Amino acid sequence: MSRLPITKTPKVYVGGAFIRSESSRVYPIATAAGGFFANIPQCTRKDVRNAVEASAKAGPGWAKRTAYNRGQILYRLGEMLEARAAEMTEALLVGAAASPRRRAAAGAEVGATIDRLIHYAGWADKYEQLLGNVNPVAAPYFNFTVTEPMGVVGVLAPETPALLGLVSLVAPAIVSGNTVVALASGKFPYPAILLGEMLATSDLPGGVVNLLTGFRKEIVPTFATHTHLRAVVGVADAGERRTLQLGAAASVKRTRLRHSDERIDWNSDGAQGLEAIRDTLEFKTTWHPIGA
Amino acid sequence: MNAGQSASFRRLFDQVGPVDAVGIEERAAKFTTRSIKKASKLWGLRTAVSMVDLTTLEGKDTPGKVASLCQKAVRPHDDAEIPPVAAVCVYPAMVKHARRALGADAKVRIASVATAFPAGQTRLSTRLSEVHAAVADGADEIDMVINRGAFLAGEFSEVQDEIVAVREACGRAALKVILEVSELETYDNIRAASFLAMEVLRDGDFIKTSTGKTSLNATLGNNQVMLEAIRDFFLNTGRAIAMKPAGGIRTAKQALQFLVAVKETLGDAWLNNRRYRFGASSLLNDLLRQIEKEKTGAYQAPYYFTEAAESY
Repeated sequence: MSRLPITKTPKVYVGGAFIRSESSRVYPIATAAGGFFANIPQCTRKDVRNAVEASAKAGPGWAKRTAYNRGQILYRLGEMLEARAAEMTEALLVGAAASPRRRAAAGAEVGATIDRLIHYAGWADKYEQLLGNVNPVAAPYFNFTVTEPMGVVGVLAPETPALLGLVSLVAPAIVSGNTVVALASGKFPYPAILLGEMLATSDLPGGVVNLLTGFRKEIVPTFATHTHLRAVVGVADAGERRTLQLGAAASVKRTRLRHSDERIDWNSDGAQGLEAIRDTLEFKTTWHPIGA
Repeated sequence: MNAGQSASFRRLFDQVGPVDAVGIEERAAKFTTRSIKKASKLWGLRTAVSMVDLTTLEGKDTPGKVASLCQKAVRPHDDAEIPPVAAVCVYPAMVKHARRALGADAKVRIASVATAFPAGQTRLSTRLSEVHAAVADGADEIDMVINRGAFLAGEFSEVQDEIVAVREACGRAALKVILEVSELETYDNIRAASFLAMEVLRDGDFIKTSTGKTSLNATLGNNQVMLEAIRDFFLNTGRAIAMKPAGGIRTAKQALQFLVAVKETLGDAWLNNRRYRFGASSLLNDLLRQIEKEKTGAYQAPYYFTEAAESY
């Protein structure tokens, strides 16, 4: 018996819930064969605002968790992705013709993404030992430098690799207790939609990671000027960098941006590690008298 | 409900008219669909600031906290175009501290929740002496709670007599009558209680939704029931009673929706702080944030504003 096709309404994951854009706008994406696949939410600056509110609400609770627990949750996210690796591979093929070579590359990207999550899960309770310090002083007191998460971090994911690029930017930010508002790839948004569904089942508290889809030119200016975003990390072209740097100067936020025309090897060891975690940390130096 | 009780309710409902609950909900839902942007939004936000009764009603209130609340009330933000709020709302014991902080002829008025707020379950003489003391300490407005027990028992004249007694005790101070809508249970009861109160109030006195101390507070629905009661009462008697929703209004967006309800139900004559107030603490900071957003175009972080009143 033939069944009616059950088509999916992709929704973005914001504040622990699956929502449509407040604007109700959508844009279509195509299947690998070129037919209609689904309508993707075209988020607006108001969706950014709502996501930042959700993110700020989740922040203190997330930062207060033990580093060990944050590591466990990142590891579980890796597990969720592992179990649905085949589905995610298909998601990466949405929007482009699927040759056997592309299929293999998509499979490899999912594998690399899972490994990246496990990599940062491991860092969760170890980066502090490397970045924090007991500073030498010449009097009877201790002088410590410790790290603190910055708060709400904006992530601008590269167009490709849609999944690995996004996760490589989100994971180092949340591992230290930041919360994230991320704009997914505009051309290949579906993996981010699916990632949202995995985040929802990974014990990650709602609001810690908020994934938006939509057009960069509509959302980047709000990322630049929103004063509640403490940092923006990701990939941007020359025009966007200018917008972001002007906005960041006015709202005193940190930017860690890479050129979109730079050839970044997201698979390499250089695309992960301590430096990426440090990008969204603040350092606090404090003293304490000895023996008191 | 026994026979005598239901008969007295029936008589009252016949007198003031029933409420179409579904109609009210539908009407209230429509208020949330108005698109208010740019200059009209800015006007609405500023008007809302001038209508705020900045409130602190905590067991842990201290004279110092009340003093800083008063400062915030007079000058909510460094932008000089932002008006002061309408009033500060404090417990009777804090009235003299508020008066000291604000000075004798302040633009910001002092409201005090007398009459054994929030339950109101003490003897009338105790409640009245509380009102006398608050007025003597310098309160410009008294927020009283009605006797819900008497109301639900159908003892309507007792409810009114107590309001009259408190009104007399107020002297020149304005009176706000808190119906505590969450304990009245139905829209019919809210309308009936509104009329009971308004019949014994003076021009410029208020009816107020709630204490903010129960689970359900001001909603667009019960605000609308009370606004329509005020409208009907005004058309019948010519006496203009003011309105104060309180509790649960935390965002600028909500405040604008309430103002839409006022505009579309009572008209421009009620769009000022002599006729309409918001009882709120955290609302003010969100209004300031949105005003700043309208001016600068950038969304603002909450920590750019002085400490929100709810954390006092």
